[in-house]
Amino acid sequence: MSDLTNPVEPFLRSDRMPHIWCPGCGIGTTVNCFARALIESKIDLEHLALVSGIGCTGRVAGYVKLDSFHTTHGRAIPFATGLKLANPKLNVVVYSGDGDLSAIGGNHLIHAARRNIDLKVICVNNLIYAMTGGQTAPTTPGHAITSTSPYGTCEPAFNLPHLVEAAGAVYVARWTTFHVRQLARSIAEAFQKKGFSFIEVISPCPTLYQRRNKLGDGLDTMKYYKEKSKVRHGAPTSEAGLTMTGEIVVGKFVDRDRPDYQTLVRAQLAESLGDRFVEQAEMVCS
Amino acid sequence: MAKGRVSIVVERCKACGFCVEFCPTKVLALSSAFNSKGYHPPHVVHPEKCSGCDLCGMYCPDFAIYGTKVKTVGAQEVDDES
Amino acid sequence: MKADPRGVLTGVHFIDGDHACCEGALAAGARFAAGYPITPSTEVVERFASRVPTVGGTFIQMEDELAASITLQGAVWGGAKAFTVTSGPGFSLMMEHIGYAAMTETPCVFVDVQRGGPSTGLPTLPAQADMMQARWGSHGDYEIIALCPNSPQECFDLTIKAFNLAEEFRVPVMFMMDEVVGHMTEKVVIPPADQIEVTPRRHTRKSVDNYLPYETNGDMVPDMAHAGEGYKFHVTGLTHDEHGYPNMTPPVQDKLVRRLQNKIRAAADRIAMFEEQNLGDAEVVVVSYGITSRVAQRAIDLARQKGLKVGKLRLITAWPFPENKIRELSLKVKAFVVPELNLGQMVHEVERAAAGKAKTFAVSHAGGSVHHPEDILKVIVEASR
Repeated sequence: MSDLTNPVEPFLRSDRMPHIWCPGCGIGTTVNCFARALIESKIDLEHLALVSGIGCTGRVAGYVKLDSFHTTHGRAIPFATGLKLANPKLNVVVYSGDGDLSAIGGNHLIHAARRNIDLKVICVNNLIYAMTGGQTAPTTPGHAITSTSPYGTCEPAFNLPHLVEAAGAVYVARWTTFHVRQLARSIAEAFQKKGFSFIEVISPCPTLYQRRNKLGDGLDTMKYYKEKSKVRHGAPTSEAGLTMTGEIVVGKFVDRDRPDYQTLVRAQLAESLGDRFVEQAEMVCS
Repeated sequence: MAKGRVSIVVERCKACGFCVEFCPTKVLALSSAFNSKGYHPPHVVHPEKCSGCDLCGMYCPDFAIYGTKVKTVGAQEVDDES
Repeated sequence: MKADPRGVLTGVHFIDGDHACCEGALAAGARFAAGYPITPSTEVVERFASRVPTVGGTFIQMEDELAASITLQGAVWGGAKAFTVTSGPGFSLMMEHIGYAAMTETPCVFVDVQRGGPSTGLPTLPAQADMMQARWGSHGDYEIIALCPNSPQECFDLTIKAFNLAEEFRVPVMFMMDEVVGHMTEKVVIPPADQIEVTPRRHTRKSVDNYLPYETNGDMVPDMAHAGEGYKFHVTGLTHDEHGYPNMTPPVQDKLVRRLQNKIRAAADRIAMFEEQNLGDAEVVVVSYGITSRVAQRAIDLARQKGLKVGKLRLITAWPFPENKIRELSLKVKAFVVPELNLGQMVHEVERAAAGKAKTFAVSHAGGSVHHPEDILKVIVEASR
C-alpha cells in the first residue's frame, strides 16, 4: 500500500522525511496530533502559517507543508506577531520548545499573552535543551541532572501554564504525548479561540533528559505519563508545577474570552480618530 | 472479520515501540527484521483484531504507521478512505 | 511604479530629520513599523504611530529591539513593506536579525540614528561610530546596503531610496542617520506622489507548482511569495537550497553565501551614490558622509580660499563601499582626508581602496558634537604639503 494514504501525509513535506528527531522523541507525535487537529477542524490550510524558533521543536516548521518560518532563537512569537498583524486573515501557529519560548523568548511569551495577540502557541516541553546536548532549561525540574547541572538542577522551574495564565492567555491547556486524542482536540479548540492560546505538551527526550536521569527510554516515559498523569480540567494552574517523577496535572486549565490585540487597536483608533481612521488594507505590496 | 487494517512504512520507523504498546487490541509486535537504518519496525501479529482506530497512527512520532477502517461489503473488504 | 498618494504628505514642510525619515517611509509604501523607544530615534516611530492609522497600516511598540527587529520581518512575509528604527544600544540588539534578514533575503529597512557609544554612551549627542557595525555586526559573511543622509530633505528622499533598494535586492538596508541630522529642523519638500518612484516587491509570477522560493533568474535575486497565497513555502535562517530547505553541506553553503554577497557586490557601482565637487583639479579630496559632510564643506571652502586644491567626495552610499571611485581618484590625487565622528572607521576603507597610491589622513572625533571646521582644515593643509 502506498505511504501517501497516511491521513497526515498531505500536511507533511514528505520529501524531507525521515525527520531528524531521535527514536522515542515525542515531537513527531505532537506533529501527528497537530495534523489530525487540522483535519478535524477543517482549517483552511492556505491561510495557515506556522512559525518556529530554534531547537528540536524548532524544526517542526521545516516538516509541515504550510507557509512555514524557522526563525531565530526565541523570536518565533514576535515574528508571528508581525505576520499576523500585517495579514490578519492568516491563522498563525507558533510551534516551539520550552527553552526557546520560555527562556530566550520568555519576554516575548508574556508580552504576546498580555497583548492577547491572536496566536496559537504549541510548546513542546521536554524539560531540557535538547538540540544543544541536554542543558538545563527554565523548565528542568529540581534535582534533574543535565550537562550544565551535572550535580543536579537547583533552580526552581517555570510552571508554564501558570505563567501564561497570569500574563493573560485566553486558552491554556497541558497534555503529554501520551494524550494524543486530547491534544488533537485541544489544538482544534484553540483554533476556535480568538486570542493568545497556549498548549503545553510534555514530551520525552530519551536521548538527553531521560537517559541522564535514568528514567528509561521514550516508551518508559510514555508509560510514566500514562500512569502519573491526572486529568484535572479547570485545575488552578498554580497547582500544575512539575517534578521529576511525580504527578503530572493535565487538562484544559483556562478558557476565557477577552478582546484580542487587533480588536482593541481598531476600537481605540476608530474612537480616537473617527473619520480619519483608515482600516489597514491588504498589504500585498506588489 | 477485521474492522481495520494497519499500514506500515517500514523505512520511516525508528522502533520506539509506541504503536505496539498503546494498540488497544494488541495487533502489533516489533519485528525481528531490520529496516535499512537498522531499526526493528513493527509487524502485524493479530490482523483480525485491528479495529482501524488509528491510535497507532496518532502515537507514531515518525509518520510510519496508520490504521484505516475497512468496510465489509458482502464478503469483500473495501478500504474506507475515499 | 508611483507612490501610493495616501502615504505622501505633498508640500513644503519645516520638520526635523526623524520626522522626514518617517514621511519618506510612508511615501515609499511602508505600512508597518515595529519599534522600541530609544533616543535620539524615537521621533521617527512616534510620528509613524500618529500618521499610519490615517493611512491604513500598523505600528506596534514591542517589548525590546530583539522583538522589533524580527516582528517587522514577519510583517514583510505577510506582504508589508516594513521597517524599524533605533539607535546604538538598540542597534546592537538587532544584529542577529540583520543576519536573519540577509540570510532569508527579507527586504526591510533598519534606521539607526547614531549616538555616542560604546554602551549607553551619549544618548542625546551625535556620533558616526556604528558604520562598521552596520556592515559587519551580525555574524557570518553577508552584504548589506547602507545610506547616509546629511539633511532632513535627504532623510525623506533617501528613506524612499532605502526601501527601493531593499526591494530590488531583497536585502536589509541600513539607514545611517546621526543625532544631529535626526534632530535638525529644515525645509523638506515632499513632491506629489506621481513624482515619487517606488520599487514594488519582487513577487513571483510562477504558479504554486512551479515556484522554488530561492531559485534565481540570472540577476542573483530570487522572487518572493507571501504567506497565505498558497505557495506553502519554507523560510529558514539555516543554510538552505533553492527549495528553502535546510541543507548544511559545504557546496550549498558556498553557493548561497557567495550569492548573498555577490548580488550586492556585482551591483556596487550602480548602487553607489555620492556627491562630488571640484574633483577635476583636486590634489586633496575630503571624503565625508552624514552630518560631518556639512562641517567638512566649511573646511573645504576655507581651504579653497587659501588657494589649496581641495575637492569633495560625499558618500551617500557607505555600503557597499564605493571603492572603484576611491581607486580611480587615488591615481590622480595626492591625499584623502577623512573626517568622521568616530576614531577611525570608513577611513580604513578609503585607505584600503587607495592602496598606497594616495595618502590617507583621518580626522577622528570621539563624538558628542561635530568637528570644528578648523580641525579638518589643519589636516587638509597638512595633506596638501
